[in-house]
Amino acid sequence: MPGMSDGQAASMSSVTVQSKEARTSGFPEGLTEFDWITAGAVATVRRRRLVLTGIVVAAAIVVIVSTAFGAAHLGGGEVLRAWWRLVTIGRLDEAGGPAGVILFQVRLPRVLMGFLIGCTLAGVGTTLQALLRNPLADPYVLGISSGAALGITLATLLAGSSLLVQASVAPVWGVAGGLIALVVIYLMAQSRGRLPVHGLLLAGVVLNAVLTAFMMFITSIMDPVRSAGLIAWLMGSVIVREWGGLLGIAAYVAIGTAWLWSQAPVLNLLTQGEETARSLGIDVEQAKKRLYVVTALLVGAVVSVSGMIGFVGMVVPHMVRMALGADHRLLLPAAALVGGMFLVISDTVARTILAPSEIPVGVVTALVGGPIFLYFLLAQKSRMV
Amino acid sequence: MPIAHELEQTTEQATDQPAEEPAMAVEHVLFRYDHAPPERRWTVEDVSFSIGSGEILGIVGPNGSGKSSLLKLMAGLLRPASGAVYVEGRAVSTLTPIEVARILAVVPQEQPSLFPFSVAETVSMGRFPHRKRGWWNMGVGAETEADLVAVHRALVETDVVALADRLVSDLSGGERQRVLIARALAQESRILLLDEPTAFLDLSHQIEMCSLVRRLAGERRLTVVLVTHDLNVASLLCDRVAMMREGTVRAIGTPAEIIRHDILHDVYGCDVMIDRHPQTGKPRVTLPIQTPQDKHRIRAGT
Repeated sequence: MPGMSDGQAASMSSVTVQSKEARTSGFPEGLTEFDWITAGAVATVRRRRLVLTGIVVAAAIVVIVSTAFGAAHLGGGEVLRAWWRLVTIGRLDEAGGPAGVILFQVRLPRVLMGFLIGCTLAGVGTTLQALLRNPLADPYVLGISSGAALGITLATLLAGSSLLVQASVAPVWGVAGGLIALVVIYLMAQSRGRLPVHGLLLAGVVLNAVLTAFMMFITSIMDPVRSAGLIAWLMGSVIVREWGGLLGIAAYVAIGTAWLWSQAPVLNLLTQGEETARSLGIDVEQAKKRLYVVTALLVGAVVSVSGMIGFVGMVVPHMVRMALGADHRLLLPAAALVGGMFLVISDTVARTILAPSEIPVGVVTALVGGPIFLYFLLAQKSRMV
Repeated sequence: MPIAHELEQTTEQATDQPAEEPAMAVEHVLFRYDHAPPERRWTVEDVSFSIGSGEILGIVGPNGSGKSSLLKLMAGLLRPASGAVYVEGRAVSTLTPIEVARILAVVPQEQPSLFPFSVAETVSMGRFPHRKRGWWNMGVGAETEADLVAVHRALVETDVVALADRLVSDLSGGERQRVLIARALAQESRILLLDEPTAFLDLSHQIEMCSLVRRLAGERRLTVVLVTHDLNVASLLCDRVAMMREGTVRAIGTPAEIIRHDILHDVYGCDVMIDRHPQTGKPRVTLPIQTPQDKHRIRAGT
């Protein structure tokens, strides 16, 4: 490009630089020049909107199409007509007919729940990868998930013994377990008010092992019927009973993930090292604490609802980063949406491939995600971080 | 030569207004790392000096003399055990990180590039302290026109426009160094702190770096503090030089006053040759060749 050598020459002599300054400060000429020179180099607002709109449309298509699959056989035309009625009438209960009931009372809540869980896992994974400055971190790396799982295990063990351990309050146990785990990790890892990354990872690994052992112990002494249910849940599943439960969880994780998105500029700077982030104006220790608490709240909730679904939180952010770059203002929402789609597709496979019986969705995400990850790794070795 | 000419100009500017408040002042700063055992000496011990607006101050000294720690203390990245650092009359410890970042930019020696950020993205991170915040734009904040122009100017001035869409991890050490300086320039601060700015640079880039720093100090009227190992760079570039040893400033003054045989012998514990730079007349340090007997003596520890 001819302008490049121009720029290089300009920096050599201050006279030219000044004339350049005069030009760049005049709007909009300077701006178009910037846009032209760094086209594609910065995630501009326009590019962000374009990419996100594209992914949202793709996600909507994935959601609609995946409702067409399931144990009961529905024709494509039937599904489309039911959706059309839903869109035109606008109310679920009047979308009518047996097809409508299967689609919107059985399948759609589950698909949407899968989507939300995928969103959250990928969003949290992206956040933790930036926080820990480790592109291979995932939502389960810190042992928060084990804390949540232990909470749920305890709730299952004590189920029915009092009002506090009803099935409907199980997520509270999960979230509480996750938060307690976070506090323990924090106490183990912190030194003099700071939170070093390697200390956190170490504490997380240790806590993970200890809590998992506890959980296995409790499961082993449990009544076999209950423990079978618990193990099925742990392997990762998307189960929704009714719309009411879905809406509560949906609001919870949507607000949490949106808040993570709002922290995208902070995440960008944190990847550059803590001293750099501090010198660019971030109160690093405060920001880290806030982010860890929110990720713990989200992981606790997600684990309570769907057990341990692996690979989504690690592979999806990684792949999206390779495709779109590392700017979290675009990366975080894009990864969340792709994570949602990925989990919806995986769950669709999980509930149809051996229909009418199901396989755990965690098995599918690992079996699908592993090879995809490997492919990207080999294909883009040069761009690998 | 332009360098020598500019040099005279800035020295005049610095001495013109003696009544002006110093851009930065370090007062009786005492510091030790937390993990150091209490019987160890202080990393930075009772250091005091001040820097005038538009001045270039070099901090030199042997390894482990506390140069980099002093720079971090000045940037507010470390907290002194006692004493204080003032920027434009206000104590750094009383300012929020954002307020500090608007006044003062730091160029680290190097930083990990684990994540695939492009050069332009990295430089625009320097705009963070100027971003508009608030729940309505969710902090996601788009670059404003002022942001884009500042980033573009910084890219041009450090000669990395052509690299704008390259990944930082793909650049050479010298290019990466210039990107980090560009990020600091995009910050549009009035004080620039540089940690070893010429450490990874080849000769031509060292020359460019020196004239860049000179020009910025002149044009943008930036106050510059730089830590360097290279006494010749310090001599040519700096208005004043602070010589550190074992956590204390042993001497501070113009290069001609500081880069002297006796002071260098005291601080570094070895003999060097000092003559004049043919162009500027500033002191120039040359390492003597050791004769085989000398080498033998050193190895024997006598």
